[in-house]
Amino acid sequence: MISRKTEIWVGLFVALAIAATLMLALNVASKGSVGQGETYSLFAKFDNIGGLKVRSSVKVGGVTIGRVESIELDPEDFTPVVKLSISQQYNLFPETSSVSILTSGLLGEQYIGFQPGFSIDGIENLKEGDYIADTKSALVLEDLIGQFLFSRDSE
Amino acid sequence: MEALAKLGRSTLDKFSALGRATFVLLGAVMSVPQLKNIPLTIKQIYVVGVQSLSIIIVSGLFIGMVMALQGYTILVDYGAEGSLGPMVALSLLRELGPVVTALLFAGRAGSALTAEIGLMKATEQLSSLEMMAVDPLRRIVAPRLWAGVISMPMLAIIFSAVGILGGHLVGVDWLGVDAGSYWSIMQSTVEWNEDVLNGFIKSIVFAFVVTWIAIFKGYDSIPTSEGISAATTQTVVYSSLAVLGLDFVLTAIMFGIE
Repeated sequence: MISRKTEIWVGLFVALAIAATLMLALNVASKGSVGQGETYSLFAKFDNIGGLKVRSSVKVGGVTIGRVESIELDPEDFTPVVKLSISQQYNLFPETSSVSILTSGLLGEQYIGFQPGFSIDGIENLKEGDYIADTKSALVLEDLIGQFLFSRDSE
Repeated sequence: MEALAKLGRSTLDKFSALGRATFVLLGAVMSVPQLKNIPLTIKQIYVVGVQSLSIIIVSGLFIGMVMALQGYTILVDYGAEGSLGPMVALSLLRELGPVVTALLFAGRAGSALTAEIGLMKATEQLSSLEMMAVDPLRRIVAPRLWAGVISMPMLAIIFSAVGILGGHLVGVDWLGVDAGSYWSIMQSTVEWNEDVLNGFIKSIVFAFVVTWIAIFKGYDSIPTSEGISAATTQTVVYSSLAVLGLDFVLTAIMFGIE
């Protein structure tokens, strides 16, 4: 009833749509390469998180190992608590690791820089639910300028 | 008093039209899917989808190219031309892909649907079908509705993909943005669930609305030449307005509140 030509064209149309979807999936979108699959949670307390946002990335030496899961304020000592979800693939960080909030480029977005610490006998690895003790807060540009002006005045 | 009666009459008319439209939709959607309607649907996908392919590809290409050109001149001032890729990809996937496809689809395929069904009504083909105990909603309307709902999301995805390639053509090949940063920053910015799937959902909603309006306007048209021409115009106007209005609502729901 329907001509062969129609069928071929519709087939071509569908194939084109599939090709476009594949292109979007493979070339354009990150399928949440980190953050999907098995993860474990770590916590870190900062004095100031600056412009850090939920879903900001956690990087070790530039390689993304996880994302910021949530940011809340500790109701007791009023400091921000950041929950990190780290890919299970990287689960051997020693307890002496430290995290700091860094900025990519001068005006770029903020991310968490994770510094793996040394590991010697007696130091365990970080596991689900641990707090990272050693944290460095975000650099706030206004504070820096303030410090700079203050130190120049006192000279 | 006369003005009040007029207002009341036009309101009632609007609501009864909405009711009739719902009946047409329900009659088409709720009817038991029949196996013998699948070839009819494929034929309509050819008419509605394949024949819209050229306009979608050409406009997608040019919109991507123009965005790359415009974006480049602004971004290069800040030394941020690396962000050209995500700019082009995000605006295409989130907004321009679904919306422009829906507008073009309303003009290209929606008006044709209205005119076709309207003329069927004017030449009493629909009533003859009914006399032969064939439900025109099932035989004529349902395949066209499904064809529209199936075709348009595919067209929107093709539009976005072609637009991104067009942006690559202008940005990377002509203006000298680094190809690596075009793709890699795009890849790290665009999220599959957040951006691609939300755009896809948008285009499904638009497809549904545009096809519904087109079919109903044809089915409900006054069976004269003026009536059909008015119905065709109304299809394009109403579906464009509906798409733009719905787009705001959907965007607010999807991307508005973090």
